[in-house]
Amino acid sequence: MTTAVQSDLREQAAQRFAQLGWPTPELEEWKFTNLAPIERIEWRADDGAARASQKTGVVSLRGQALAELVFSNGRFVDAAGAAPGLEILPISQAASHPMFDRHYARYADYQRHALTALNTANAQDGAFIVVRDGATLDGFIHLLFIGAGDAIWSHPRNLIVVGRGAQVAVVETFYGDGNYFTNAVTEIVAGESSVVDHYRIERESIDAFHVGTVQIHQERASHVTSRHIALGGGLVRNEVNVALAGEGANLTLDGLFVLADSQHIDNHTVIDHVKPHCDSLELYKGILDDKSRGIFDGLIIVRPDAQKTNSRQVNRNLLLSETAIIDSKPTLEIQNDDVKCSHGSTIGQLDEEAMFYLRARGISESEARSLLIYAFASEIVDRMKIDAVKENIRAAMFRRIPKGLPERRSATR
Amino acid sequence: MLDVKNLHAGIDGKEILHGLDLHVGTGEVHAIMGPNGSGKSTLANVLAGRPRFEVTAGTVTFEGKDLLSMAPEDRAREGLFLAMQYPVEIPGVNNIYFLKAALNAIRKNRGEEELDAMEFLQLAREKMKLVDLDESFMNRGVNEGFSGGEKKRNEIFQMAVLDPKLAVLDETDSGLDIDALKIVANGVNTLRSEKHSVLVITHYQRLLKYLVPDYVHVLADGRIVKSGGKELAEELERRGYEWIEQEVAAAR
Repeated sequence: MTTAVQSDLREQAAQRFAQLGWPTPELEEWKFTNLAPIERIEWRADDGAARASQKTGVVSLRGQALAELVFSNGRFVDAAGAAPGLEILPISQAASHPMFDRHYARYADYQRHALTALNTANAQDGAFIVVRDGATLDGFIHLLFIGAGDAIWSHPRNLIVVGRGAQVAVVETFYGDGNYFTNAVTEIVAGESSVVDHYRIERESIDAFHVGTVQIHQERASHVTSRHIALGGGLVRNEVNVALAGEGANLTLDGLFVLADSQHIDNHTVIDHVKPHCDSLELYKGILDDKSRGIFDGLIIVRPDAQKTNSRQVNRNLLLSETAIIDSKPTLEIQNDDVKCSHGSTIGQLDEEAMFYLRARGISESEARSLLIYAFASEIVDRMKIDAVKENIRAAMFRRIPKGLPERRSATR
Repeated sequence: MLDVKNLHAGIDGKEILHGLDLHVGTGEVHAIMGPNGSGKSTLANVLAGRPRFEVTAGTVTFEGKDLLSMAPEDRAREGLFLAMQYPVEIPGVNNIYFLKAALNAIRKNRGEEELDAMEFLQLAREKMKLVDLDESFMNRGVNEGFSGGEKKRNEIFQMAVLDPKLAVLDETDSGLDIDALKIVANGVNTLRSEKHSVLVITHYQRLLKYLVPDYVHVLADGRIVKSGGKELAEELERRGYEWIEQEVAAAR
């Protein structure tokens, strides 16, 4: 990435990060998450050969995806597939594309967000996707980011521009092995009347750090579904910021976070209703075991001009141990009075009656637990439209939750 | 089949069964009748191993094995089935998947081969006809959105598929209209054989018109206070429970 605009931008972003510094829990937006463990490490970029590429087989969807790009520690290693109406290339080769300067770094705000500044300053590569006006892609695009090694950081940077009336499905998968740090930023521009189905599957190594920012800009009458599955990583922060910037835009924002051991996953979402007649439907579900800690911090802003807004925000959590912690903070900020908005959150445990019912039919305690945990998650998983992704998540979820509730002795006797 | 001796049990520190004795032989159908609060449901729940119910004294032997030391799933695998009074709704757990998993766990325990999806579906279809449940129920969540009667029929359907040695019906008749009652009775009658036993727990006699028991026991104040043949049920229907309670009081 070498244009003059680009290097200026990098420099500005680097300066901005130097000013902002690492976010600390003193900031309201970071009150639940402390990045000090990341800050302490001397990170370096992977400048060598793509050592992680041999691991891609496990999570690659080549053959099932229309197109797949693979990155290792933030560096481009492989591309496959093509489709009419679709341009897909490593973003490092996209600087001369006419769409690039118009959109790149125009949505994810590095002035306000330190980690976005850090990404903008250090981005090595990522995917640049343009779906032409009116193109309907029959299938999905897969972006695979593999992390590996210790004390290596990467700053994947993606830009997805979906043309007027176009339709596309994009899956981002983050996967790896080691004590690395991924700081990814994805900008999505959903053009007028476009339909976008976006999946972000975070399955990082349990020793890894992950900060993800997804910035979605929706134009008039666009329909976006963005699904955020977080299963991996030791310390994770996932930010989703959506601007409903055109009349009649429609957003479905789904989240599922499944934690065990001492994982920490912070989900931070902002849905900004800028224009009238927009709908947003947000559902985040958390499953927490052991000593894990999960956060749902969701803000919905309804601007003065955004009359006839229809918005619902729900966070539901399932606690599987006495020591897991969930902080749930759904927030509405409504600046006009012609709206229909609701929000709420629940925290519960596995239903004992349901457990007994299943066991009384001969199903083992551990399987009954798995069934009920899966049942809780199924609301999110079942409505995914890509079977390959669905199956992967089901399998990965059961690997992450091997135990469920602590063994309870039968009360009779 | 089932031997209950001097069973003392209760819930939340309160004893409800005060020394219950019951013997159910192989191939027999027993009815336990009693007024509200006599301990009928406690007996059913203790037999199935529902958590929170505590046994403080006595023994329960099922097919020669100590039932009370078994986890609920092991009781089911050994051939005990409880048709629940209040079947729970479990959205997100598919009815057919759940029942197939249950049947295969039981078959495995019996040393039989697990059924594959096709074999299971064939069996399930056959048994659904028995209780007049529509096939569309199979692909819904367990009991999800079922009416009261549908839930009870689903219990009997599950019983028919799992083919237990001993089926315990906990007030399966409550809230059923006469047509549903006949369907339930018919489902249980189909299971009856010299190898299967049934324990029907009920407040009313009306199910017993269609599901005729070999023995009837009256449960009052946590004990079996009277036993007899099917005519005892008719007498209870005619005379109510008060005379029994008076008899018991007089005997003390």
